[in-house]
Amino acid sequence: MTTVTNGVNVQALLDAREVLKGAPDAAQFTWRASAKWQGGVHSQIKVQSFFGLGEEQNHKEEWSFEADHPEVFAAEDNGITPIEYLLVGLASCLTGGIASVAENRGIQLRSVESVVEGGHDIRGILGADSDVRNGFNDIKVTFTIDADASREDIEALVAQSQKRSAVYDALTNPTNVIVEVA
Amino acid sequence: MSSQPTERVAAVVIGAGHAGLAASHFLSDRSIDHVVLERGEVANSWRRERWDSLRLLTPNWQSRLPGQRYEGPDPDGYMTMGEVTEFIERFAVVSGAPVRTGTDVTSLRRTDDGYHVSTSQGDFGARAVVIASGACNRPSVPPLAAAVPGSVEQLTPFEYRGPAKLPDGRVLVVGASATGVQLAAELQRSGRPVTLSVGEHVRLPRTYRGRDVLWWMDASGVWDQRYDEVEDLTRARRLPSPQLVGTPERATLDLNALTSMGVELVGRWAAVRDGRALFSGGLRNMFSLADLKQRRLLDTFDEWAREAGRDAEVGPPERFEPTRVPSSARLQLDLGSGEIRAIVWATGFRPDYGWLDVPALDTKGRLNHEGGVVDSPGLYALGLPVLRRRKSSFIYGIEDDAREVIGHLAGHLADARQ
Repeated sequence: MTTVTNGVNVQALLDAREVLKGAPDAAQFTWRASAKWQGGVHSQIKVQSFFGLGEEQNHKEEWSFEADHPEVFAAEDNGITPIEYLLVGLASCLTGGIASVAENRGIQLRSVESVVEGGHDIRGILGADSDVRNGFNDIKVTFTIDADASREDIEALVAQSQKRSAVYDALTNPTNVIVEVA
Repeated sequence: MSSQPTERVAAVVIGAGHAGLAASHFLSDRSIDHVVLERGEVANSWRRERWDSLRLLTPNWQSRLPGQRYEGPDPDGYMTMGEVTEFIERFAVVSGAPVRTGTDVTSLRRTDDGYHVSTSQGDFGARAVVIASGACNRPSVPPLAAAVPGSVEQLTPFEYRGPAKLPDGRVLVVGASATGVQLAAELQRSGRPVTLSVGEHVRLPRTYRGRDVLWWMDASGVWDQRYDEVEDLTRARRLPSPQLVGTPERATLDLNALTSMGVELVGRWAAVRDGRALFSGGLRNMFSLADLKQRRLLDTFDEWAREAGRDAEVGPPERFEPTRVPSSARLQLDLGSGEIRAIVWATGFRPDYGWLDVPALDTKGRLNHEGGVVDSPGLYALGLPVLRRRKSSFIYGIEDDAREVIGHLAGHLADARQ
């Protein structure tokens, strides 16, 4: 087999899997984001620290994100809408998964592109119809992948990336969400 | 505590199902003094822990035990539970297995020279023990069962005998392995509409290119793949049983067949919140994974047939329609509304090692073993999934496993004598 270079250190991930099998405590991570209201429906979200492998960890730098609503919502459009961040998360999670699985299966990727569309009936959030939910009705992801592999192998990559995706799981399965005032 | 003295034998076999009796057969072959301890009667689980309509998943010609084959008129048919019981009973008689029925093992512990086995009928001392008590002693039911309102009747496959015992009205069957698809079909036919909650599953056609799919598993060598050749052994051992049913019509019972019957498919049952069952929105990918794996397996069969020059004796290659995705699968269901009258938990089975006082279980309660050789000298296992090869948990697969495991056991006894 020729060496593939998708740039994913699969060996490190496989090693971590073996180590964490016997050390479930170290596998407990807490991800964090801190948000600050900027006026209107605009907020700024910063992400830097997280907890994992038994101790506090940090991204190399602090990342900052703007969230707002577009002008059709009578807002200033200082950033993307919060629900679009879910699409950002899903697309990036599945894409990273595809690269990892491809590396592990010895499949060279040349390009991986996707379009994520979330169908959303905004009558829910506006309170215009109590039978309409607030969130997405459905989400559709369409991948266009160029790789040294058959269509069937590519479909298998995409299926496996969903099977091991944190964001896909978080969107398709219920999660207990606790919101409180400090 | 029993007042009887401890009975000494070279080996104790726990369980007189097909696995324990096969072990006994090879022990007798080697003139190793032993007893087979059986909590009930020979083939007890087949008699008492199966629903009425169940037939074996393997065709009759694969019903094979050491020195005993199916000799009836219908080699391509599938045995009823009565026929399986009779088949195993005959094997016990012909092989003269020293079975002690009604003997419930309550404790197995290590001693200086082997093991001490406490039972409801007295104690045994042995230098070697074979655990052949089965892989399906207890139904596995997820913890969310506790959150189901009391107005909904809940059954495990151990309690299910047939549709008649269930109330009229919609039934939620949880799990789409062999058990789940069979019970869903039977309940739907009885006039009770069925909702089937589908997680990861193994899709198989009953016949492929004119032959039973298990003929292909056997002939192509897939079933003979050894445990130390399997890429992800933990996963292989946890694999749900394939969506198969043994019927005289040799019909395929995959999710498309169930959809055609009117069964409603929903995603994996993830949680109960405010009295509502919440199902995963990932159903489509469950289908994709199973369809892809089925296609890959059929490719393996075709490649084998081509390379082995067997194409002429079977039909042309077939490819099956992908699993049809419901236009909008329900994501939740109000358990208190009265729509669902009963839930059947087809969520798998697990062995019961409550009597095992030897530290041989992993953190998930599974027996630690290497091809049936437990990490405790003189202790062995038989009849577990992919114990030594992919066919291990089938009646058809026990002969090779039992011969090898008993070979190892005989070596252990010989070493101990030196």
